[in-house]
Amino acid sequence: MINSQAFFTGLKSLKGARSPALPLAACFVALGALLKDAGFNIQQSAASSFFTYALPGQLVMAESLLLGASIVNIFLAVWLVNFRLYPMTVSLFPLLEHKSQPKWKYYLSCHFLAVSSWLIAKDSYKKINAKYRIDFWIGIGTGTWLTAVFMTVIGYLAADLLNKEMLIGLAIVNPIYFFCMMIGAMKNIAISIAVILGTTLGPVIYLFSTEWSLLFAGLIAGTIAYLFGEKDVK
Amino acid sequence: MLSSQIIIFAIIATSIATYISRFMGAVTSQKVSVKSKIFKWFNCVAYSTLAALLGRMIIFPAGVLAESALTIRLIVFFTCIAIFIISKKNLVIPTIASAILLSFLTNI
Repeated sequence: MINSQAFFTGLKSLKGARSPALPLAACFVALGALLKDAGFNIQQSAASSFFTYALPGQLVMAESLLLGASIVNIFLAVWLVNFRLYPMTVSLFPLLEHKSQPKWKYYLSCHFLAVSSWLIAKDSYKKINAKYRIDFWIGIGTGTWLTAVFMTVIGYLAADLLNKEMLIGLAIVNPIYFFCMMIGAMKNIAISIAVILGTTLGPVIYLFSTEWSLLFAGLIAGTIAYLFGEKDVK
Repeated sequence: MLSSQIIIFAIIATSIATYISRFMGAVTSQKVSVKSKIFKWFNCVAYSTLAALLGRMIIFPAGVLAESALTIRLIVFFTCIAIFIISKKNLVIPTIASAILLSFLTNI
């Protein structure tokens, strides 16, 4: 059903110098401590990472709850901040597609889509036989997802041991790691423009619209980058 | 203190709101060919949206990071990117350096 060799190759991406385990651990430990602070119990904290598994959305949820936002508002705010997962899935899953593979694998494993797993898969899918790429992806996803859930619990339990400076230090690891990985991915003009313009436009549009900034910045910067890429090919 | 019921509803709402985007992505992917122009466009949009999110996390962060000063975060950001480039794209050194540097600079 699942090719174990491809699965374990994916799972093993947690090891080594390019491993996402460290930044994942840092940010989910910080999240676990934050959820405890917000009044979650340990099961609720673990469940949040288990079922949502998308850090920015979970941060929005915790902050909105503390501000007394309604469930509908939380739903909308999270949907907008996590909408990036849509273009991310569409730019990855066609690469993992194979006719012989059942559809359920794709619909279930899309839950593993997060920045860390996406960057690893984009970086290394070519090394895997096209037929088993989805199994490779399930391996990457299982590893990163379980790390996140486990580290949320650790963060919850260790909350009292972590002071504010340590938590701030842990929280910066995540964006820095992903920035470095994205710079590593800037191999052509289109991706380079997409990354640089997106980084700039994100905070700028945020000044005008907090909720829609990611969507607009992504669409504008991405489209400009695409047009430059096409021009370059010609 | 938040009531347990509200927290559970919030977890469910957050999880559904997140899964929708992933699931729709998997559905759309069935119709998108790797060689098509639309795939290239989605790829650019994905990188930009991600970059926008990370840019926002540094400049306008949520959570504990908001309690550090913006200038300090920018110093840490540019230092660590420089370390990444100088260290021939080593990922471990800049990420560990970022945590130590930010904790240290926030503390003084």
